Amino acid sequence: MSSTTVIVGSSIGGVRTAQSLRLEGYQGDIVLVGAESELPYDKPPLSKSVLAGTAQASSICLLTQEEADEARIQLVLGHTATGVDINNGLLELEGHEPIHFDNLVIATGAAARPSPWGERAGIHVLRSLDDAHRLRASLLGGGDLVVIGAGFIGAEAAATARSLGLTVTVIDPQTIPMSRIFNPEIGHWFGALHRDNGVTTIFGTGVDAIDGDQGAFSVHLTDGRVLSAATVLVGIGAVPNDAWLSSSGLLVDNGVVLDKYCRAVHAPSIYAVGDVARWHHPRHGEDIRIEHWTNAVEQAICVAYNITHPAEPREYSPVEYVWSDQYNWKIQIVGRVGNNAKHIVIGHPETHGRFAALYTKDGINLHGAATVNWPKALIACRRGMGTGITVAELRDALETQLTSQAMPVP
Amino acid sequence: MPVVTADLKACQGYANCVMAAPDYFDLDDDGNVVMIKREFPESERSRVTEAARSCPVSALTVSE
Ligand SMILES: Cc1cc2nc3c(=O)[nH]c(=O)nc-3n(C[C@H](O)[C@H](O)[C@H](O)COP(=O)(O)OP(=O)(O)OC[C@H]3O[C@@H](n4cnc5c(N)ncnc54)[C@H](O)[C@@H]3O)c2cc1C
Ligand code: SF4
Repeated sequence: MSSTTVIVGSSIGGVRTAQSLRLEGYQGDIVLVGAESELPYDKPPLSKSVLAGTAQASSICLLTQEEADEARIQLVLGHTATGVDINNGLLELEGHEPIHFDNLVIATGAAARPSPWGERAGIHVLRSLDDAHRLRASLLGGGDLVVIGAGFIGAEAAATARSLGLTVTVIDPQTIPMSRIFNPEIGHWFGALHRDNGVTTIFGTGVDAIDGDQGAFSVHLTDGRVLSAATVLVGIGAVPNDAWLSSSGLLVDNGVVLDKYCRAVHAPSIYAVGDVARWHHPRHGEDIRIEHWTNAVEQAICVAYNITHPAEPREYSPVEYVWSDQYNWKIQIVGRVGNNAKHIVIGHPETHGRFAALYTKDGINLHGAATVNWPKALIACRRGMGTGITVAELRDALETQLTSQAMPVP
Repeated sequence: MPVVTADLKACQGYANCVMAAPDYFDLDDDGNVVMIKREFPESERSRVTEAARSCPVSALTVSE
């Protein structure tokens, strides 16, 4: 009898799991379920090329109907999963009969944290293709944009809005942007990057309320100031889409809780990947959840392997990696940066047009790195993380690169 | 033999391919992917295809 793997969530994590299962020679049925009725699409371009209008929906498609047919992946789109019956191996859906599974992969990702200042036309979040289309329509309507939150998505959307010629203000309650990820010195450079590109920044101040309607909002700040805005983007983080599992019996705690093989605790035929997955990272020795594209892809490959090799499963022990494109900065972060780790910086954004910050917890070994406009340094850091390079060795190598090949400031 | 090809205009230097299969891909100083080899044996299909699919901008294509 042939077995069935059902994958819930039809974005990058879900699609790559399905494709990797076939690559691993999985012979059973694969059903890919998704709440959105569009064909699976990719998210990083939503704050970049899609918002700018330089990419079309077809160019961000992750899986065409032909590719799905060819790989024998059955698509069940436009149906939201509402629960799991673990004992009977059934996935329950809205508007569709329950689907039987032998293995289930949960890839329902995350949702934008909703605006606490009201949700109405002109107050946007940015997570789905619909969100991106709505935000772009508002931006094209003209008028000032206020972005609340200077994290990756807020910063990228601000940069894109500037490229469309809008007047943009970015507000963040933290005094130094990105300081939860980086240390203050680099956080300041991010603030300066916004200002150099014509954005007004208000850091260290929160938002009390948003009055008015689309085209004529008043944004009330905690220091008493009032900003007027035609459009508001709320970019204050994401929350995992795990509420639908609350009565399933699966352990859910800010994501689906998994062992080091990405199997649900107490339910080894159920796996999770991507933004919704909290797994036990063997090297860090703790349960973590990562909201980055490359993690979804690598975790999907690991889960597909473990489904097809249940007797010798692989531990999932990745080196974290994320990129972000803001203005003319290509930011790439590997491993663990910021917090209480010590760091050294090589290069300078003004003098060299690029820099790398190396982070170490013990003063010797490399634990993380952030690079801007310096792909060779990124590779050295990503490789070094795997081989256990010391910060001193890497610094010497990078300093030689910095002086040997002068690069024009972009 | 199957081959993997790169679209240099699309490549953004994210280096995911280099991490996944360093014996096939490298980066030059400008952050463009450099192909070390294009052809691969059937036994390498899974690894090379996963590396190509790890490219965030779909700059790598596997063909027969
Ligand atoms: C605007 C934007 C820009 C980004 N830029 C970058 C970047 O530059 N670099 C980077 O590394 N990462 C970036 N990310 C993060 C990256 O896109 C995510 O980490 C990645 O999309 C996670 O993939 P996923 O498949 O786990 O979840 P998601 O992409 O969140 O997909 C989950 C899917 O599941 C569906 N779903 C949810 N609940 C249900 C249900 N109950 N039933 C059925 N289907 C359901 C959703 O509709 C969705 O299609 C960005 C994200 C956004 C939103
Ligand atoms: S993963 Fe893609 S974008 Fe990155 S270096 Fe390789 S080909 Fe270029």
